Amino acid sequence: MQVQVKLFAFFREGRFKEEGRELTDNTIVGQVVDDLDIDREEVGVLMINSRHCQFDTVLRDNDILAIFPVIGGG
Amino acid sequence: MPEKIFRVNMTDLSTSIEAVPDDWAGLGGRGLTSTIVAAEVPPTCHPLGPNNKIVFAPGLLSGTAAANSGRISCGAKSPLTGTIKEANAGGTSAQIMAKMGCKALIIEGQHQDDSWYSLRLTSDGATIEKEEELIGKGNFAVVETLAQRLSESTGLMSIGQAGEMQMAAANISIKDPDGHLRSCGRGGLGAVMGSKKIKFISLDAGEGKVEIADMEKFRAANKTFAKALVDHPVSQALGTYGTNVLVNIINEAGGLPTRNFTNGQFEGHEQISGETMHDLIVERGGKPRHNCHRGCVINCSQIYNDTAGKFKTSGFEYESIWAMGADCAVDNLDQIAEMDHILDDIGIDTIETAVAFGVAMEGGVLNFGDSDEMIRILIDEVAKGTPLGRIIGSGAGNVGKTYGVTRVPVVKNQAIPAYDPRAIKGIGITYATSTQGADHTMGYTIATEILNVGGAADPLSKKGQVELSRNLQIATAAIDSTGMCLFIAFAALDDATCLPALIDMINARFGINLTADDVTNLGMSILKTEHNFNLAAGFTNKDDRLPEFFELESLPPHNVLWDFSGEEIDTFWDF
Repeated sequence: MQVQVKLFAFFREGRFKEEGRELTDNTIVGQVVDDLDIDREEVGVLMINSRHCQFDTVLRDNDILAIFPVIGGG
Repeated sequence: MPEKIFRVNMTDLSTSIEAVPDDWAGLGGRGLTSTIVAAEVPPTCHPLGPNNKIVFAPGLLSGTAAANSGRISCGAKSPLTGTIKEANAGGTSAQIMAKMGCKALIIEGQHQDDSWYSLRLTSDGATIEKEEELIGKGNFAVVETLAQRLSESTGLMSIGQAGEMQMAAANISIKDPDGHLRSCGRGGLGAVMGSKKIKFISLDAGEGKVEIADMEKFRAANKTFAKALVDHPVSQALGTYGTNVLVNIINEAGGLPTRNFTNGQFEGHEQISGETMHDLIVERGGKPRHNCHRGCVINCSQIYNDTAGKFKTSGFEYESIWAMGADCAVDNLDQIAEMDHILDDIGIDTIETAVAFGVAMEGGVLNFGDSDEMIRILIDEVAKGTPLGRIIGSGAGNVGKTYGVTRVPVVKNQAIPAYDPRAIKGIGITYATSTQGADHTMGYTIATEILNVGGAADPLSKKGQVELSRNLQIATAAIDSTGMCLFIAFAALDDATCLPALIDMINARFGINLTADDVTNLGMSILKTEHNFNLAAGFTNKDDRLPEFFELESLPPHNVLWDFSGEEIDTFWDF
């Protein structure tokens, strides 16, 4: 299945802003994070299709996964 | 030196120094400005008339070595909202004021001639001087001229043309350590200063120092506190990308108000994002990190240069960039920086003015995305006080009335900031119930709803949002009294050592024994003082509501409405 992955802030360094990835069915979000060599401890927010999700959320075909480090502002 | 109250009466141009009443001794910052305004200002008075007062107060820890303690609070009855108002900012003034032993400056009355004045604050009190040279000038000219006339290190709080003309969105600029500007931004406090005919206030503490009752305890607590701030990952991201790191995440969550609150996502988000801003700053030899006051360990400000590598703006914030950007459909960061600079110079709130532009665009005054016309209007109309300039400079609600627009994002006539309450519901409770009109900083539920800081809450669900907003509004009122920057809250929400260390510092500074419960009670009592002022000014629970269009027009991409009932909102005040 095809999943669009978006990275933000310093997670982009040495990686990418946005990339389509071919994944096997039932891949979980945490697997994508691990495959990108992103430390789970550094992850602040995960969203699929603009809704918050968890490391163990199962991805579906054509999902858009956004991975953010811990950030804040206001 | 013992703390004093400086009082300035503009009616008869007299000044006095008063002892601090016992009731005010344990207060600082917002707690003190709101207490003084509630005690001395008739709630039904005209905000620009002789009975309103404008009060400045450093926080409880300002002027000490406490990390991030340099916020100055300014309070009055607001000409924009008609409610009580406190706006706080960084810069050097809070620290200088605290070091001269001035616990609060109260400016009252109104002089019955056309002259303009300035105030000079030193350890000996306030003096009033006539001012002619700088009248009609922008804030940057004020800073430059006074650096020559007085000294580079003089503290400075000033108004630009907007404040002189008493526009309801006018702010008060506070000089930072590098001569750039921070703003007591919201609610038109610059207009109140203008109504007192005071162009600027200069501050010099001489050799003054803040006394610490128990220095050893203070130092130890400050070390723990600063470490908690520095170690928190949010602080690190703020130092790299500034607050503008939020553009992309709020857009991704579908809550970035776009084209006058008609969409929750902006196609140009990447061009105005914190990531893009960081790269441009580095490429042009600016500074991604900059402190707005000495002792800040977060450094969320920055120096943003133009394409020629020349200084353009600093303190280039998410809210400002969102408002001039997504809300007005402008995707050019340099145009936004140009406007940010002009707004600082004129001395007018970036959020209120840009949201007013968004409403004006809807009303057909100019086109969405036309940043050239926005810049022209700022320079040719707002700064000069033409009728159109005054309409825009009096805020989003005023523009909506003038041009017959129904989609007007204001609460208590103050523009709603950078989070759409349909898609991020907790912040809607803060907008509705805040004692000061729509203001995200009053109870920043975004931390929990979007950023997963201090727990998590589903932004599309109503569950737990009233309680979340209440708890944060109480905590914020207390933090705003310490002189601390609100960004300590990210560490305070997640790191168990942070808040106790802050309380230890207050105790060591004054030789007292506050507990965490005392601090919560302080926050509650400030909110109630402010709320009671508003009730006496004529506000009711029916004013604690969002504009109707949020209930009628669903917001893409989640296609959601604002669905809190009035009864649900009113439970906010059950404490």
